[in-house]
Amino acid sequence: MNKTVNPNELKPVDDVGPLYAAHQKVYPQSVSGTFRRIKWSLMAICLGIYYFLPFVRWNRGLGAPSQAVLIDLPNSRFYFFFIELWPQEVYYFTGLLIVAAVALFLMNSVGGRIWCGYLCPQTVWTDLFYAVERLIEGDRRERMKKAKSSDPLKLERVSEIVLKHSIWLMIAWWTGGAWVLYFNDAPTLVKELVTFQGPMLAYIWIGILTATTYILAGYMREQVCTYMCPWPRIQAALTDEWALNVTYRYDRGEKRTSVKKAAELRALGQQVGDCVDCYQCVAVCPTGIDIRNGPQMECIQCGLCIDACDNVMAKIGRPKRLIGYDNDINIHRRQEGKAPIYRIVRARTIVYSAIIAAVGSFMVYTLATRSLLDVNVLHDRNPVAVKLSDGSIRNAYTVRLLNKSGYDRAIAIDVEGPINPTMHVVGVDSVTPDRPIIVIPRDSTSELRLLVTAPAENNPEKSIPVRFHVMDIGLGVAASATDNFVAP
Amino acid sequence: MTDHSSDIDSVSGKSTTGHEWDGIKELNTPLPRWWVIAFYLTIIWSIGYWVVYPAWPLISSNTTGMFGYSSRADVAVELANLEKIRGDKMAALGTASLVDIEKDPALLALARAKGKTVFGDNCAPCHGSGGAGAKGYPNLNDDDWLWGGTLDQIMQTIQFGARSGHAKTHEGQMLAFGKDGVLKPDEIVTVANYVRSLSGLSTRNGFDAAKGQKIFAENCVACHGDAGKGNPEMGAPNLTDKISLYGSDEASLIETISQGRAGVMPAWEGRLDPATIKAMAVYVHSLGGGK
Repeated sequence: MNKTVNPNELKPVDDVGPLYAAHQKVYPQSVSGTFRRIKWSLMAICLGIYYFLPFVRWNRGLGAPSQAVLIDLPNSRFYFFFIELWPQEVYYFTGLLIVAAVALFLMNSVGGRIWCGYLCPQTVWTDLFYAVERLIEGDRRERMKKAKSSDPLKLERVSEIVLKHSIWLMIAWWTGGAWVLYFNDAPTLVKELVTFQGPMLAYIWIGILTATTYILAGYMREQVCTYMCPWPRIQAALTDEWALNVTYRYDRGEKRTSVKKAAELRALGQQVGDCVDCYQCVAVCPTGIDIRNGPQMECIQCGLCIDACDNVMAKIGRPKRLIGYDNDINIHRRQEGKAPIYRIVRARTIVYSAIIAAVGSFMVYTLATRSLLDVNVLHDRNPVAVKLSDGSIRNAYTVRLLNKSGYDRAIAIDVEGPINPTMHVVGVDSVTPDRPIIVIPRDSTSELRLLVTAPAENNPEKSIPVRFHVMDIGLGVAASATDNFVAP
Repeated sequence: MTDHSSDIDSVSGKSTTGHEWDGIKELNTPLPRWWVIAFYLTIIWSIGYWVVYPAWPLISSNTTGMFGYSSRADVAVELANLEKIRGDKMAALGTASLVDIEKDPALLALARAKGKTVFGDNCAPCHGSGGAGAKGYPNLNDDDWLWGGTLDQIMQTIQFGARSGHAKTHEGQMLAFGKDGVLKPDEIVTVANYVRSLSGLSTRNGFDAAKGQKIFAENCVACHGDAGKGNPEMGAPNLTDKISLYGSDEASLIETISQGRAGVMPAWEGRLDPATIKAMAVYVHSLGGGK
């Protein structure tokens, strides 16, 4: 086949041929078994969390939102149960994303595309939409027959179609509706939405997400995974020879023939495979592929073909798991008559777990030890220093005090560094000139202009490190920041 | 052109594109229909932009689009909205007294923010972006004020200026004692050294303090006071402090005494609205030197 072609014989390039591939509609058959049960439970958990989490309440005291999970965009706050994050703490999300990414890699190196098969929203909602379709229009054969039928539409068929799309749209609408509840107080917003008094933006977002859910889960389905999603391409680079993937165990022999024929051939002592070519694995596949062709990019590894095949194997009295989570190493070992070995714990999985543990514990540590009182200091850049009429030096600083707690704080400011300094906060009557006291309201920041003046003769150096200590005078909580005191 | 849709690859069973390199043929894996349709739709959609928005350059102008959209008009609308949003607060700035503005954290923050922007647009060319000044242009961060450093005095100076030609402007200037022949060169040198001695600076060898004091008493005390402490009513600087607008070295002082000084601060009344001038006064006062 790979004969060498003389360049002179090469034909001019042309682009004749279809511009696009016609969509092969998939009609997955219902199936029962272990993996189907796992998928139902995970779907219930994922959707349950997504749809109902905004209604969970969390008491944060008067004046603060009482929603457990809330992204408060107008006030730039993120609430997650007992955690409240400010915009400048968004790096916790970076940590979360790192953990999520590495967790994905870890899943991949242990059990292949676990995310794609069980947890990805595209899979979960498509599965739900298929369940609705099956309930109304019947199983695979019926749906295929109905789709092929060229009979004029009867009332029964029309009502089926209308009912299916209505339920789909209702699920899609609820999906979009739940999304906006994460950004507002859920009970209030629900009340506003049903009385048509909700904000326009909420209706627009519900509309957008209703449309995406309906189109992605109702129509595009496996095409999203095959054509739109980058993950099938990326995961190929993250898997290794030890990772367990949904695999057709071809070590269970060839050829594939009917149950009766196989029994006859076995009686004659001939080589024959366990596969009876019943195509049940293909019938149940939500992406419409044949797992027996080996690992494929389209395969989301949902495990439904394992259930389908197990059911058949049980009926014909052959061992289960002709299709199962396995890898080529073990297939080869079994072909050579050796016992299979499974290495879940290996360098790759240890490193991934270590990264997750390290990043996770670092995040927990920083979150647990973060200060609810903070101070940032910015030295005036122009002028950096001012000479006063008596010859003393004055430096001005912009001080930002952050009070992240749920109550007002009275803060005293101390300066350490220049000799014999006096301090003044613009707009604050200095009862104690060396120690200004300011009240910062709860959950807010205050920006102050702080002037530090010191006699030049006591501070002859060009630049002296200066440290600002702020202290809650009631509770003794302290924070500090460093800068420089500069001579002109 | 040959039709390769019939050229089937024996391994995959798919048709090929007919492209062949060293015997390897490229399989034809076409895009899905919806993708191709979406692609064409985006092209059609883009034509809509030509119709709706300004798009094509003409010789001296451009097509304006159906709705006459312009980003300049957008800016004008946004600015008007901003003024509307700020309306109440700016009004509060206009009615509150200068002292009250500085005591109210919200008004102080507003005045400082407003003041900083306006300062950058109008005052920075002479006084510098941070108000640090330069030779001949006062540093607004220090506590030395020619015309007084209280909130009211600062506001008055901003409103009417100094030697600005405004009816209510600050008047008074440093006379040119040398140019006008009032003092002889050696007398100028002597009095310049006397002024240096007032703020504790070194004097040249052979300087006669008594003679200097006599010249000073005869010519300078009318404005600068007996002790040389200055007079904000006339914009006469304090000669005993460590700050000097035109320089305190002997050469600069000699130049000042012989040629005189009369720097001009423009009047801002009429150019800036009263609330803005108030914000400016609070901003300058809050730079640190305010009394």
